[in-house]
Amino acid sequence: MNRIEKRFKKLKTLNRKALIPYIMAGDPDIKTTEELILEIERSGGDIIELGVPFTDPLADGPVIQKAHYRALKNKVTLRNVLDLVKRIRGKTTTPIVLMTYYNPVFKYGDDTFVKDAVASGVDGVIIPDLPPDEAKDIIDISKREGLDTIFLLAPTSTPERVRIIAKATRGFIYYVSITGITGAKIEEMDSINKSIERIREDTDKPIAVGFGISAPEEAKRIAEWADGIIVGSAIVRIIEENIDDPSLISKVGEFVKSLSTGISEIQNLKSKI
Amino acid sequence: MKLPDKKGHFGHYGGKFVPETLMPALKELEEAYNNARRDPIFQNELLHLQRTYIGRPTPLYFAKRLTGKMEGAKIYLKREDLCHTGAHKINNALAQAILAKRMGKRRLIAETGAGQHGVATATGAALVGLECEVYMGSEDMKRQALNVFRMKLLGAKVKEVSIGSRTLKDAINEALRDWTTNVRTTHYVMGTVFGPHPYPMMVRDFQSVIGKETRTQILKAEGRLPDYLVACVGGGSNSIGLFYEFLEDKNIKMVGVEAGGLGIETGQHAARFAGGSLGVFQGTKSYLLQDSDGNVLPTHSVSAGLDYASVGPEHPYLRDEGRIEYTYATDEEALRAFELLSETEGITPALESAHAIAEVTKLSPKLPKDNIIIINLSGRGDKDVQHVARIKGIEI
Repeated sequence: MNRIEKRFKKLKTLNRKALIPYIMAGDPDIKTTEELILEIERSGGDIIELGVPFTDPLADGPVIQKAHYRALKNKVTLRNVLDLVKRIRGKTTTPIVLMTYYNPVFKYGDDTFVKDAVASGVDGVIIPDLPPDEAKDIIDISKREGLDTIFLLAPTSTPERVRIIAKATRGFIYYVSITGITGAKIEEMDSINKSIERIREDTDKPIAVGFGISAPEEAKRIAEWADGIIVGSAIVRIIEENIDDPSLISKVGEFVKSLSTGISEIQNLKSKI
Repeated sequence: MKLPDKKGHFGHYGGKFVPETLMPALKELEEAYNNARRDPIFQNELLHLQRTYIGRPTPLYFAKRLTGKMEGAKIYLKREDLCHTGAHKINNALAQAILAKRMGKRRLIAETGAGQHGVATATGAALVGLECEVYMGSEDMKRQALNVFRMKLLGAKVKEVSIGSRTLKDAINEALRDWTTNVRTTHYVMGTVFGPHPYPMMVRDFQSVIGKETRTQILKAEGRLPDYLVACVGGGSNSIGLFYEFLEDKNIKMVGVEAGGLGIETGQHAARFAGGSLGVFQGTKSYLLQDSDGNVLPTHSVSAGLDYASVGPEHPYLRDEGRIEYTYATDEEALRAFELLSETEGITPALESAHAIAEVTKLSPKLPKDNIIIINLSGRGDKDVQHVARIKGIEI
């Protein structure tokens, strides 16, 4: 059992939901990213999603796009991100998932990437522009080497797509809460619940929801239905706004703490009932 | 085997590399297209508009003075520059607009570099009565102010893209983001044989009218098929549009001409085959100008329509098969060809098409006089006149 699966199992026994914060590796620089990972862990992050910068992040909204360009300006590469995870693995057991577009992985080589990622202590990979239909090789290699390939489902997904993704994904299902790009506003809260119910008919794998969750109240609400909550743009925005502020790390920590508290409140409430 | 296969692959190339949100829309589009192409109502409507609106068939013109000057093979021009709106782009944009209307979409979006595809899509939208928004990089908007105004005149909104390199590739990213957000009501009119399946196949089919007409016309004019077909290659739709009809005629040699910019060694070019490698970009697997970490490199060409980091996936497939040969022409060569055709034939070509002319000025003198070359003159040069004047330091 790898770290992601273990983490979801453990949280389940505690009757808790996973908080999955996202930050961009190398934004504002690699050293700060390392510190942020540890701070996020201390503040209640259960799994960390680490972005890999790319020149053409077509699934991302403006906030995360800018983070890509800040990290690229620092010349951060996929290789640097793997090295970062390797360094930090001595200090943390929190599962780390990379979110990367496919071309950097393809250029690195599917096989070499998976092996190097596992050797560095990466637990899973999310590739938003690689649907399972095109991912056969990387799925097979990852299965063999012990890396979770996490696939996405969207509000537009047909029953057929739900079945394909539920079967292909490992670690968890990433349910995209909006028809759109990262950081957009969630308009229809109730449909998320319905979609999760529909997905659960096809799988007992954990379902984490992301794209557009920006406040503790939203996280709290969605945590009633999902197994995990992914928050990206809201955190990246705090980094952007405090980029030269020495209290950057503690500010991110405080926000993650507020999300974590939000999620646990609802669970405490439930366990009392 | 007829390509692409069911998953949209041309051998190792092509496919569907898009966010999950778009996967159902691509399937819906594929089904709608497959249905439409077998439907005589759709085909007749398209044929009617090709004849009465676009101005098809476009002439195949024997360039007598250019041929004389080259002292080599006979040179014919397929006059796509005479299409309504001034380039082959309308063949595809109009067909997609009709298809979108048929699918019940109420809004069209498109990307544009030089503005030709944007103008063509805005035209299609106006004709069938759909809303239209065109994404364009802020750098390109400055360079092509005239086309920006044309699009607005046609009732389209032009959305400025001011992130990344602020050019065509960023406009495509932004159009894909819009489509991901508004996919239920919106059809994305991809302007070339690029992007995820079914676009490379569908756009090729809509452009293949160029080659079909050319076959009939050259047989009538010369009583035989040509020896060479030459076209410029940006995304690759005008070239595939001419070549596709002749792929099985093994004696015909085909040459695709990429943008050599300031020269391959300078890194300032858009010659994907001369300077790129296999990559996955904006929905498809093909040749890509990228660095060793898989990030996409900036490109350069004097012609905005060829200034793009990747190329439609059927091209590398046909290159591997040995069916099409790819070469490049530099900015300087293209500018010389731009003037040459203007002076010798009274036809000012688009700077894109001037790359194909430039190649033929090298090729023709080497061939016997009874050989026949057909160039796809994909667009007219009116849009480039100001740009060329600026380069020559002339104020208009």
